[in-house]
Amino acid sequence: MQPVNEMNLEFPSRSVNEGFARTAVACFAAQLDPTIDELNDIKTAVSEAVTNSIVHAYPGKIGPIHIRARIFEDRSIEIVVKDKGIGIPDIEQAKKPLFTTGNEERSGMGFTIMDSFTDKLVVRSRPGYGTTVKMLKKMLPFAGLK
Amino acid sequence: MNLKIYEKEAGMEIYMEGELDHHGAKDTMRRINSAIDASMPQTCVLDMSGIGFMDSSGIAVVLGVYRRMEEVSGSMRVRNVPVQAKKVFKAAGVDRIVDFE
Ligand SMILES: Nc1ncnc2c1ncn2[C@@H]1O[C@H](COP(=O)(O)OP(=O)(O)O)[C@@H](O)[C@H]1O
Ligand SMILES: [Mg+2]
Repeated sequence: MQPVNEMNLEFPSRSVNEGFARTAVACFAAQLDPTIDELNDIKTAVSEAVTNSIVHAYPGKIGPIHIRARIFEDRSIEIVVKDKGIGIPDIEQAKKPLFTTGNEERSGMGFTIMDSFTDKLVVRSRPGYGTTVKMLKKMLPFAGLK
Repeated sequence: MNLKIYEKEAGMEIYMEGELDHHGAKDTMRRINSAIDASMPQTCVLDMSGIGFMDSSGIAVVLGVYRRMEEVSGSMRVRNVPVQAKKVFKAAGVDRIVDFE
């Protein structure tokens, strides 16, 4: 399927960019005329993915985070969040609820939330090279007519 | 995160206002914890009606308050949780641990 529209965003892994990133993607997704709930789901999933790149990918330093969002004719959006950080050695383990390598301010529920707030979640990672999180969400039909 | 902390006879009430994400979570937690430590209330109510957005960082904050209140032998409740934040709590099963009004 060919995308109808696409946007790319790159920013440094500073925590102040968490709000910027989720809002920017939500603004782009607004072209699909989503419901408020659908928009909030997108915001939440993006916030989790971006926060992970900020918190876990570049320990003790700042590195680049890239987001690509594409929308398709079937009213779906694909969001890819990519970093060039330390990577995840065991993705299955990382995705388990409550698993975290972070401190007490992390809950270990990020991947669980990304999974339940989107229709599809694909995580690819290579230790030493980085992590790519791809999420797909399809808006309900005729949202604009509600 | 804007916090308004009131000490009432019935216990402590904390009104949270803003977006609760990782960026502000640490500072939010620190401010709530020091308020609890200073007055050791019997109960603590977190009013989340002013939360415009929350991700899993909010789970850590709420569970942190829950644990802190247990440490001082008190209890806590969460009140007026907006739809988006409620969905995050539910997806994580927090509603089975913490008392939501
Ligand atoms: N972009 C990333 N780079 C490196 N490690 C990551 C990344 N994303 C997730 N992880 C690893 O996966 C674990 C689980 O992530 P998550 O479910 O979001 O929980 P949390 O962020 O609360 O730790 C993290 O603790 C971390 O070890
Ligand atoms: Mg996370």
